[in-house]
Amino acid sequence: MSVLEVEGLAKAYGGVQALGGVSFTVGAGELLALIGPNGAGKSTCFNIVDGQIRPDRGTVRLAGREVTGLPPRRMARLGVGRTFQIAAVFDSLTVLENVQAALIAARRQTFALWRPAATIAREEAQHLLEQTGMADHAGRPASELAYGDVKRLELAMAIASEPLLLLMDEPTAGMAPAERLALIELVKRLTRSRGLAVLFTEHSMDVVFGHADRVVVLAGGQIVASGDVDAIRADPQVRALYLGTGRAAGGRA
Amino acid sequence: MTFDSSLLQSLLFQSVNGFASASGLFLVAAGLSIIFGVTRIVNMAHGSFYMLGLYGAVTLAPRLGAVLGPDLGYWAAVACAALGVAVLGALVEVVLLRRIYGAPELYQLLATFALLLVISDAVLWLWGPEDILGPRAPGLSGAVELLGRNLPRYDVFLALAGPAVLAGLHLLLARSRFGRLIRAATQDREMVAALGINEALLFTAVFALGAGIAGLGGALQMAREPANLAIDLSVLGDAFVVVVVGGMGSIRGAYVAAVLVAQVKALCIALGTVEIGALAFNLSRLTLVAEFLIMALVLVVRPHGLFGRPQAAIPHRGTSEAPLRPLGRPARLALLAGLALLALLPLAEGTFPYAPVLALDMLIAVLFAASLHFIMGPGGMDSFGHAAYFGLGAYGAALAATALGAPTPVALLAGIGVAAAGAVLFGWFCVRLEGVYLAMLTLAFAQIVWSVAFQWEEVTGGSNGLFGVWPDWPFDSRAGLYLAALVLVALALLAIRRMVFAPFGLALRACRDSSLRAEALGIPVARVRWLAFALAGTMCGAAGGLYAFAKGSISPEAISVSRSIDGLVMVLLGGVESLAGPVLGATTLTFLKDNVMRETDYWRALLGALILAVVLVAPGGIAGALRRLRFRAGRAP
Amino acid sequence: MRHPYPLRTVFAGVVLMLAAMGAARPSQAADPIRIGELNSYKSQPAFLGPYRQGMQLAVDEINAAGGIDGRPLELISRDDGGNPGDAVRVAEELVTRERVDVLAGTFLSHVGLAVAGYAGKRKVFFLAAEPLTDKITWSDGNRYTFRLRASTYMQVAMLMPEAVAAKRKRWALVYPNYEYGQSAAETFKKLLKQAQPDVEFVAEQATPLGKLDAGPVVQAIADARPDAVFNVLFGPDLARFVREIDNRGALKDAFVVSLLSGEPEYLDPLKGEAPAGWVVTGYPWYAIDIPAHKAFLDAYRKAYDDYPRLGSVVGYATIKSLAAGIAKAGSTDPEKLVEAFEGLEVVGPFGPFTYRASDHQATMGAFVGTLGVKDGGGVMLDPKYVDGLSVLPSDAEVKALRPASD
Repeated sequence: MSVLEVEGLAKAYGGVQALGGVSFTVGAGELLALIGPNGAGKSTCFNIVDGQIRPDRGTVRLAGREVTGLPPRRMARLGVGRTFQIAAVFDSLTVLENVQAALIAARRQTFALWRPAATIAREEAQHLLEQTGMADHAGRPASELAYGDVKRLELAMAIASEPLLLLMDEPTAGMAPAERLALIELVKRLTRSRGLAVLFTEHSMDVVFGHADRVVVLAGGQIVASGDVDAIRADPQVRALYLGTGRAAGGRA
Repeated sequence: MTFDSSLLQSLLFQSVNGFASASGLFLVAAGLSIIFGVTRIVNMAHGSFYMLGLYGAVTLAPRLGAVLGPDLGYWAAVACAALGVAVLGALVEVVLLRRIYGAPELYQLLATFALLLVISDAVLWLWGPEDILGPRAPGLSGAVELLGRNLPRYDVFLALAGPAVLAGLHLLLARSRFGRLIRAATQDREMVAALGINEALLFTAVFALGAGIAGLGGALQMAREPANLAIDLSVLGDAFVVVVVGGMGSIRGAYVAAVLVAQVKALCIALGTVEIGALAFNLSRLTLVAEFLIMALVLVVRPHGLFGRPQAAIPHRGTSEAPLRPLGRPARLALLAGLALLALLPLAEGTFPYAPVLALDMLIAVLFAASLHFIMGPGGMDSFGHAAYFGLGAYGAALAATALGAPTPVALLAGIGVAAAGAVLFGWFCVRLEGVYLAMLTLAFAQIVWSVAFQWEEVTGGSNGLFGVWPDWPFDSRAGLYLAALVLVALALLAIRRMVFAPFGLALRACRDSSLRAEALGIPVARVRWLAFALAGTMCGAAGGLYAFAKGSISPEAISVSRSIDGLVMVLLGGVESLAGPVLGATTLTFLKDNVMRETDYWRALLGALILAVVLVAPGGIAGALRRLRFRAGRAP
Repeated sequence: MRHPYPLRTVFAGVVLMLAAMGAARPSQAADPIRIGELNSYKSQPAFLGPYRQGMQLAVDEINAAGGIDGRPLELISRDDGGNPGDAVRVAEELVTRERVDVLAGTFLSHVGLAVAGYAGKRKVFFLAAEPLTDKITWSDGNRYTFRLRASTYMQVAMLMPEAVAAKRKRWALVYPNYEYGQSAAETFKKLLKQAQPDVEFVAEQATPLGKLDAGPVVQAIADARPDAVFNVLFGPDLARFVREIDNRGALKDAFVVSLLSGEPEYLDPLKGEAPAGWVVTGYPWYAIDIPAHKAFLDAYRKAYDDYPRLGSVVGYATIKSLAAGIAKAGSTDPEKLVEAFEGLEVVGPFGPFTYRASDHQATMGAFVGTLGVKDGGGVMLDPKYVDGLSVLPSDAEVKALRPASD
């Protein structure tokens, strides 16, 4: 059974069809890249899966359970982690506290009023920071981190709840090329070791073609191609799409 | 009252009156809206600009009239007053506000509040205490007939002046480069900076424009009301309501909101006493609170006002506060020692008989400020209406003690319960909003609570309040109540500290930093904020209950805007980014007030000047300044 | 790790605070009599500036004449912050640190009531100078509190004979929406209904204090077609109201009685626009020819080169009352002072008056007259002094009104 099953998603804004019946699946341990030119419907699709937007039609299933239209908070509880295009972490907390906050939320201990949070889930948080290569920064305020480190911290927080599915909106946006590859390799390692399903959008074709297991290409709200990296690379429609816009890599939304 | 044609005519006519009143409201509010839209400054001195416009006009009109003749003199005075206030606005921006743009948000509010205090005393000093009635508008002093009634020409003029200014501003914003910059800055400040536009100059110009419009609004009232010392605060509330109902930064919204508020009031006045069955209710009494009822309704239905848009979050990377650290062992010992000293204070009553009295007021202020800080600091929810819970606690305790004859501790608990219930109810609506809108909704609820306490004569004692609320033994002595308060406040502060460092506090701070991220982690942001709001209201209720017993009486003043503002000033003065901030701010402000009130007749100006000094020297509040000092000392060899 | 509270800082803070709170005055044998006075100087400057001058004049006169039993008067004046909370703290400060012998002052009713409550609780003598609320001597009256000025009830009752004599049927009421305005309106309706059972109240406008929306209010009153109006508005609201009536040519034939509008504090700002024909209570300092007032007027003009306002009279009479009471008691002991004040006779600028034993209310009256315009300013024409005693309920009636006393 797939971790994520998306079927016939459609969404229109004021008569403009942003998404016209999109279906795909992501399995455990698999990295699926969602790509396409600007306005192809990537963000809409992504935000529907994440629960921020309700689709007009179609269903989203998580591990077989229908979750269409549930708010992000509920999705998180059901096992969806996510990172944002502009990384969002808690600036006024230390790096360690950021991860602890994520672990506390996952354990549903948010409303504990008395016990010091510093004593809760310390080891697990430390372990997650080690996995993401952030252990040296544990005591620093998140606001002082370099952007690449913020992205890694965000990743640590997103996987703290041991989600089934990880949604990453442009995980490498705003990073230097070397950092990009390092981050996506980290994601890939974690995916494999934890059996995570990952759905991500990405503009950097190096990242997509270097690391994705499968690729879904959207254009005009429809899937124009899907398959493994080699098939997509060879697909004439996809080539036309990207050559047509004159951009094959590194474009920005 | 029956619905016949004469009533319809009278209602129709009253709606014309409403348009004249609406213009007045719009002129105060428009400037505030522009200033907020571009600079994000919540300008508390806006009413002062209006007042200065009116005082300037009534002073200049006779003098210019003597030179230019009364006709030209009147209008020249209006123009000069508006220009003068605009120049003053520019000056304020350059000399004062520009220095503190780097400070955390709301410190500009503190600075402009200090300015309000200084200007009000300056006006008293310059013009004296007596009201000054200006001349009537030449050529517009009579009336025209409409629907068999007389409509003053000046009202017709005013009713047209509002839309004229609206149209003028619209043209300015739509057609000129300056206007385009204002619009761009309202939508995205970063972009303006990125475009290489001189932001400083833009801000100065915007502040001058906003102040000038307020000055014009004040000057135009010359024909309708005397210049007096109370209008700065009385128009400020109106202006905020109109701006928020319209949607902050929307000029058109401000006009629509002004019309809405003025028409509802005119309708209440026109209908007068209505009888529903056996109940007679005088609707004119509603005018006391009508604007706040409207604001609460609008904000609940439309969280950004009628024409407002969600504000792009102001990016605060790198400017966010340092992580809070728990206290170390030496600090804990020092605190315990301090507490012990405070507990021994009543022993000094022989030599310092006033010490427990003032210290009790300080304790109450500390609890009030600390509870407000809990939602403002860690919670990131600015409240302009925290006095509501102070008042609910005070009235609850007072009623339980007097009407029910409950023993003091029970009455105090009852007060806390009432405050908690209020905070749970109002908090549910408030926490769904953001930023200034949230703050204004808290204010609206506070004003509604205030007006109920103010008018419900049979239960709350109306404007005079309740008396004879003295505590029983052993709290009836000065020392007894002081010690009880010390224990209660110390426990509350401990509880706040524990909560801030507990998972809940972590989640609360997390929600403040990024609600998007918090939701994505599965933290129920609204519920976390709601609980924080309720807890803060509950603790504030304890402060209110203590207050009622300390003073032996309680009046609606305890719920007034000025008490809410006091709370804000305490929190900001002490430093919003530190848990010690509200404690330092509350003791400092209480202490300063107590002393400056004795020292000089112009104590408001002195208090304002002191606050300004703190803001300029220590833009992060006292706690921030102490931290910097210690940091520097720690680095010294 | 940084420590927010080093031990030294805490100690230094507490010591500093104590020092600044100040030690109490040591008491000495040949002390002056210390009068602790508190008032809303900042929030009510127009009334209280002249009030303070009136007090100082009385203090100077008494001290020049050798004080009371050889002890001079010392006035310690404080701002009460304009709210009950601060006022009670200021009263505590005066009593505990300044060790004053008596408390006096206050302007706003809720502040006066709070300080009166404090005085009752701590057994301190308090002379409420100005607050008008009936509650301070009646429903919330206590043993230690006396009040100088004619109350809301008395002011309304003074206007009743004129209101009844006008024989109007359709009355409209306009008043500020707080206790003073509400109780004035209630009293007026009750008293008028008693005297004239067929009277009809056709409109009632309760307006927010200081924020009168004059246009709609005047129009609503005019639309009710009253033939008489009872006005309680004062200050900026009164000016707005008067100008709006004139602009609209409204209420041309209506008979208007108006509370306090003849007081210079409220009448003078209207200048030539003072509404001629209104029957008002007030203080026509220019038309009082009894010797006591002449002496006061001359002394006041000499001292301040200005004419007195009503506040001046209240301030002056407050100090004169305290002096007379302390002289009669022969002591500043609160219990003895209370006994001395019950039935105390004082001569003020309006002539002699008494503090009633039954409700602790002074019988100092006020003037009733008709407004007119003279030399570009408003004046009261044919003012008549109405003795406070003539409009007060009897001692027996008052007993029922004072449940909380003693």
